[in-house]
Order: sequence, then structure tokens, then C-alpha cells
Amino acid sequence: MNASWPAIRFTVNGELRAVSVPPMKRLLDVLREDLHLTGTKEGCGEGECGSCSVRMNGDLVNSCLVPVLQAEGAIVQTVEGLATKGVLHPLQEAFLNCGGAQCGICTPGMLMAAAQLLEQTPHPTLAEIREGLAGNLCRCTGFMRIFESVLAAATQAEPEQPHAR
Amino acid sequence: MSTNPTTRIVGAAVPRKEGVDKLLGRARYVDDIEREGMWYGATVRSTIPRGRIRSIAFDPNIDWSEFAVVTAADVPGKNRIQLILDDQPCLADGQVNHCDEAIVLVAHPSKTRVRDAVSAVTVEYDPLPPVFSIEESEQQETIVWGEDNLLKSFLLEKGDVDSAWATAAHIVEGEYRTGAQEHLYIENNGMIAEWSADRGITVWGSLQCPYYVYKSLLSVFALPEEKVRVVQTETGGAFGGKEDYPSTLACHAGLLSMKCGHPVKMVYDRMEDLAATTKRHPSRVRHRTALDSNGRLLAIDIDLATDGGAYATLSSTVLSRATLHASGPYSCANIRIRSRSWATNSVPYGAFRGFGAPQAIFAVERHMDEIAAAIGFDPIELRRRNFLHDGDTNATEQVMREPVILDRLLDRALSESDYHAKRARYARDNAVSPVKRGIGISAYYHGSGFTGSGERILNSLAGVDVTPEPRVRVLVSNTEFGQGTNTVLTQIASEALGVSYDDLTMAPPDTGAVPNSGPTVASRTVMVVGRLIERASSQLIAMLREHAGLPAPHTREEFFAACERYRAAHGKVESLCRYEAPPGIFWDDQKYRGEAYPAYAWAIHVAQVAVDSVTYSTEVEGFWAVQEIGRVLHPVLAAGQIEGGIAQGIGYALYEKVVSENGHMANNQMTNYIMPTAEDVPPIHVFFEEIPFRHGGYGAKGIGELPHDGPAPAIVNAIRDATGVSFNSIPLLPEDLFVRLCALLPVEEPAIQ
Repeated sequence: MNASWPAIRFTVNGELRAVSVPPMKRLLDVLREDLHLTGTKEGCGEGECGSCSVRMNGDLVNSCLVPVLQAEGAIVQTVEGLATKGVLHPLQEAFLNCGGAQCGICTPGMLMAAAQLLEQTPHPTLAEIREGLAGNLCRCTGFMRIFESVLAAATQAEPEQPHAR
Repeated sequence: MSTNPTTRIVGAAVPRKEGVDKLLGRARYVDDIEREGMWYGATVRSTIPRGRIRSIAFDPNIDWSEFAVVTAADVPGKNRIQLILDDQPCLADGQVNHCDEAIVLVAHPSKTRVRDAVSAVTVEYDPLPPVFSIEESEQQETIVWGEDNLLKSFLLEKGDVDSAWATAAHIVEGEYRTGAQEHLYIENNGMIAEWSADRGITVWGSLQCPYYVYKSLLSVFALPEEKVRVVQTETGGAFGGKEDYPSTLACHAGLLSMKCGHPVKMVYDRMEDLAATTKRHPSRVRHRTALDSNGRLLAIDIDLATDGGAYATLSSTVLSRATLHASGPYSCANIRIRSRSWATNSVPYGAFRGFGAPQAIFAVERHMDEIAAAIGFDPIELRRRNFLHDGDTNATEQVMREPVILDRLLDRALSESDYHAKRARYARDNAVSPVKRGIGISAYYHGSGFTGSGERILNSLAGVDVTPEPRVRVLVSNTEFGQGTNTVLTQIASEALGVSYDDLTMAPPDTGAVPNSGPTVASRTVMVVGRLIERASSQLIAMLREHAGLPAPHTREEFFAACERYRAAHGKVESLCRYEAPPGIFWDDQKYRGEAYPAYAWAIHVAQVAVDSVTYSTEVEGFWAVQEIGRVLHPVLAAGQIEGGIAQGIGYALYEKVVSENGHMANNQMTNYIMPTAEDVPPIHVFFEEIPFRHGGYGAKGIGELPHDGPAPAIVNAIRDATGVSFNSIPLLPEDLFVRLCALLPVEEPAIQ
């Protein structure tokens, strides 16, 4: 780390952080190396696999394609910010129960994509789930149990109508 | 909780053992781990497929004293990776035999500086003529391996094939080809090594088989056993792709660590992983089949060839499994299978889920549909007439002693998929629709565990111990890489010991801590190792009953109390068991005759496709898989295995093409090596029939590889049903369909007025 780089400030998982790193350093590397948030994974380094997906200012981004200077002032959420006080997020709970995670390497990115989807579309159809997760590759599950997990989480998030879907 | 009334935990969908860590993002994969003072390693690779190394030059503008540099000359022991043979150098010495072969290793404290250094090393070569295909290799004009380019061959003969042709009502021939396939685990290969004069070498990495890596390290570093330690880190997918390559990478990282005196991390990026590591063997399979007028198989003659790549690696055992699955789940008195694996100057091909069976089963199951078309039979009926049944013998003359329920599986698959009604409907609708629909099936078995005498040679040791906390630990070298090893083995032990699932944990996958229970390959974990854990658990109960006053039956509390009494008297509470072959197993390695596998899992796949006659794209619209895998130990994990394997099989059939240019993978990026996404996979319907297998852990047989065998032939059979055209090669991309289907279009007369 070089102290001569101007500080870049952004909020990660609700906490204001400042890093002095080259401005073109990938957000992915800043999260992993400088902030030690290793939950976000690199799979391809070219925005194809979605393993490095994080949420930034309400968008889902591939953090391998985001130079950290673009995160200045941003609100970033990573997989580490999903659970609250040790309680799994409904998506994490659903992935655990439905078998949505196998090897787990795509899981952090998949969870962030699913969280993004459910925020925008709380009751997605199967087609909307497929589209919402199409940028996140999973080589283990064949996606069936991921779809099921997202549907289960969506249902759980709506306690008034537990059988709505 | 359990789906089976006789067990509490086996059969229940308990949470994945390491699931919470993975979901919280705190599971530690190799690239998530840092060691104090760690350096980063990188690899200088060959840019040509074959040649002698004339010189290695280091750019004088770089201060090389900052770097650790390793070549073959730095290998303290034997410069060979130890696998079945030891023909593959750890670092190229004097000659390269494939593109992207490792020649020089460099390490530096800075990740970016080390990348710059790689491009500052120039290797000059005297090129030698390369060989890139089965056809070139088998001509034996250019010898690139051994005396004759032949990595391995088998000849399996049952009955008298040659006498069958004269009396046959039909003789049908066909040739079928499959391409290379990349595993595309989302976590690339990676390893950290730490060398010290006192402790020797320790590696942490993404891998399937700790004791394989261990064996190569012993030899490359010429160290005694106590100075080599291999620890598996959380592994982000493997599928066979981390069976042999991690041995090479561990040696590389270790050599750099020895040179610089620091821990060294080597993690490949996607392009390097795709270019330099193993893929599924390409194959060419020729069938010649004799049938009587009732559609009964009289003789099967198969010539099977694989491209093994530049070194022997696992090609012989992949070829063995291909050979043993080549004639399918059919009863035939006369079978001959001649198989050969040929060396080329491609990156060595390796293990990939199915291990030769997907190639062989693509051929035989495509061929069955071609036979049906040639002799005017329904493809379902043709299969039914020839299915193996209880008491029949397969190609190796192994008697089917366990129940064979292919007909039942087939009936269920046809009914669940509504096969007959759809087939009739598509035949009507296709005539007038630009989208041609079709439905196709495949029927097959997959042998569980190592082939023939393999399990006896492995001689696995596994067991359980109890720690003072108290926790029960499962002691195995079998690894978790998504399939559910941790979950299923701890289920088995908790069931057998009468404790709760939460009392169980896995001992660390560390050669310093666990016995060698064999590699995590060949669909052997639940059947073979699971059985060892079941036996070791029963043995522990017997020990505690005899020596520590454990009552029968016992509660969880009584169990742990007895463990403490036993510990007070004997120091530790541990129970290990060694593999014992099921009785009556006979295998002749020379003639390839006898019990090829202790058990087979059976499956019927049905694929429904839509071929767009405008874009030539194929969509798999629905998929049905009905299988018998012995007892299902965990319904969610089991279904997840089947679904994931089918998705990979769909990719194998329709998407995944390795493009080679002069022996280098040209599309070594996820941008242009395409796997199925969430929008490409169809609804996959999975059904199990359960027949517990006496010699498997709680009745289980192998499951992991099974689902990859069937999709490709079922899909291509469905495409034949949709288009009326036979496609005998995969991957089958839209451009391939375009070329064939356009050529068949009637040439329209120009409109002349």
C-alpha cells in the first residue's frame, strides 16, 4: 500500500471505509486485499461469471470490472453484509435448506444477485429468477436448487401470504 | 426427518456440514489465505507444442536478484510427477511436448512484479513436428511418446464376434466423436507452499486427492514421509479437474518456496487455468453391430480411441472405464472392444466426471438410435429387447447379481416425460412448424468405485475418533468440493454411533491428521469410504460395549460417557477400518474379465428439445432423469448431484467447445468457452428408485459421475427425432446444425417467368 495515493472513501456493509490505493485498482482486490472481505470471489476476471458480484448504490456490479475510484462515496454491500447479528438472511437460510450452495465459490455472488433481484422484484416468477441470475455462473448445481432457494426466500419474506407462490 | 423409517439421520436432508460458512462468505478457499511474508509465484510456459529448448534468456533490464527463479535444474529429487506412470516432468527439461508446459517459475513479494517478470523471460526452441489428432498419432509417422505413441490399449473379448456376422439379419455401423471439455470449476487451481529445512514442505490448496499430491512431493523433493504435509483448503469445484493437476502446482509452489525461503502462493487466473490444465479426453468410437430379425443383439464390435495428450497422466484408467462402459447396459453373447489411447502434443487430458464413460456412452446410445432407424424399430423397443437383466452377463462376463431394474426405470421415465404422446405430437406438428421438436432417451449404467482390482490395491483406511470436547470426528482423506462428502460421511457416522448429526465433525483434510482413505474420485466416496465409516463406527460401538460398559441400546449421553471411560483406560478413542472387497469378487487384469465394479448405478435420461430452423439453435426444453443408485443418503444433495451433472452434460452436448490453435487453447476465456447459464438449463426432473446395496455405506452406490453420462446421447437422439438427421459428433453447435441441415435442403428451382 502506498500512502501517497489519495484516500478513496466509501461505505461497505454499513461502515465508512477509506483506502489509499491506486485509483484503478479493482474494487474486487480492494475488498479482498485491503479490507480483508474475502467472501467476494474472483472466477474469471472479465465480468462473465459473476462470482465477484457486489451491490453498489443499488446496482449489481461485477467488482472485477469496477476501478475503485468509481466507488468513491458509494454504498457497497458484500456477502459479509447480508446476515445481521449472526442471523442468516432469508436467502442464506433458503440456500442452506434447499441445497442452493454446493462448492460455495459462486455462492456469495449468487446471493448478491438474488438479493438484488428480490429487492427489485419481491415476487419473481421463475422466468424472472432465471433472467436475474443469468450473469452468475454455477457449475455445480445446474441452477435448479438455486431457483428453488430464491423462490423459498421470496415466499418467506412475505409472511402474510406464505403460500402465495 | 429421514425419508426412511429405519434410520434417523441417513436419508434426511440435514444442512450441509460446511454450508453456513459458505453462505456467510467465511469459508476459506486457497486464495483467501495469506501467510506471513508470503511471496507470489508465476509460470513461464512453452509457446510451441513440441520442440527442444535451445536457450532461456532473462531480460537484463530486470533486477533478477529480487526474484526467486526456478528451472528443472533446481529440482532436488526426481523431476517427475508421480501418477500411474512418471513420464510427466514437473518442469520441462530440455524439451517441451505441449503448449503451455511449465518451463520456468518465478516468485516475488509483489503480485504485479511477478507478472512482469514472466514476460521478461524468453525461451528459444528448435521446433519438432507436432501431432494433434488421434488420426495423426495412430499413423505413427511422427512418434511423440514412447516407441509408438500408444499410451495404453485394451482388448476385451467375450464369445466369438467374428462368427456372428454371417448369420446376422442386420449389420449396422457407425462412428461417433466427442470433443474435449473443460471442467470450468469456478475456483481456478491454486496452492500455497511453505518450505523449511526443519519441517520440510507443507502445501495448502484446492485439490481432490491429498495423498496424490503427497506422493509427488515426496519424490520431487526427495523427502522422508514425515517432512511432507498436504492440506486441502475449501475447494470451489473440481469435477475431476483437481485430481492430478494439483500435484504439479504443489511441486511448483514448493520449489519456489524452497528457493526464496518464504511461503509462496500460486493461484492461476482463468486464462492460465484454461490453457494449461487438463480437460476431458476427446474420443472416436466405431461400432459394428449384428442383430437378428427380432432386433436382438448378436455381436458388438467396438473400436474406441481417445486422445490422451502429451503425457500419460490418467489416460490408461480413463480408457479402462471407457472400455468397460462401451457396450452399454445390454446383453449380448459376443462382444469385442478394442481400445487405444494415443499421445498427441495437446495439453494432457485428464479426469473429468464420468472418466471415459460419457464418451463411450455417447457412442453406444447414439448408435442404438441409429440401429433402430436402420432396421425400422422403435428405439425404446430395441433397448428393451436387449437390456441386461438379473443373472445376465455384461461385456466382462460379470454376472448381474444385484437386481437390475432397467425396465422399471424406463417405464417411469417414459411416463413422467409423457414420451409417447409427445413423440407422436411432434411428428405431426414438425411438418408445419419452423421450430422442430423432438424427444430422445439414453439408457446406461455407471460402475461405482475403482475398476477391477483397483479398490483392493488402494487398500483404503478410514475411521472415526472421539475428542474430549466431546466431538466425533470422521477420519478420511476424502475431500469436500461441493458434492457433500462432509455431510454424507458425518450422517453415516452419527447414524451408526447413535449420536446427533451436530456431534459430528470432519477431521481436517490434512495428510498429517488423517489416514489414506484413497482419492475422492470414481464415485467411490459414499459407497466405499462410507461403508468403511459405517464399519468403523460399528466397531467403535462394539469396543465401547466390551471395554467401557456402554449399554445396549444406548443414549447419546451414555455414548460419550463410555468414550471418556475408554479414554481414561486406553488414552484415545479411535476406530479405523481397512477396505475389504465384497466376497466372490474376481477380476482378471490381463483378460479384462470378471467383476469390473462391485456395483452399478443405472439411469434412464429423457431429453426434450426444440430446434429452431431459422437460427439453428437447440433449446433443451425439459429433462427427466430416473435412476437407481442404491440407497439415497441425502435426498437434496443427491438430487443436486444429478441436476448439476445433467447441466454439465447439456453443456457437453450443445455448448462447450475447446478450440485449439497449434495446440494452444484459443478460447481460454469464459467469454468464449460457453457453459449453460441459468437461462439455458431446462426444468430437470429427478426421480430415484432405491435398492440398497449391501456393500455400500448404508446401502449407497456411486452417484457423482452417473448424471454426466446420459445427457449428450439423449439430447442428440432428440435432435435426430426433431430433424430426422443423424448427428454423430459433439459438441453440436448451431453452426454444425446449419451446415448439415442446409446441405440437406432441397435446392429450389430459380423462379423463371
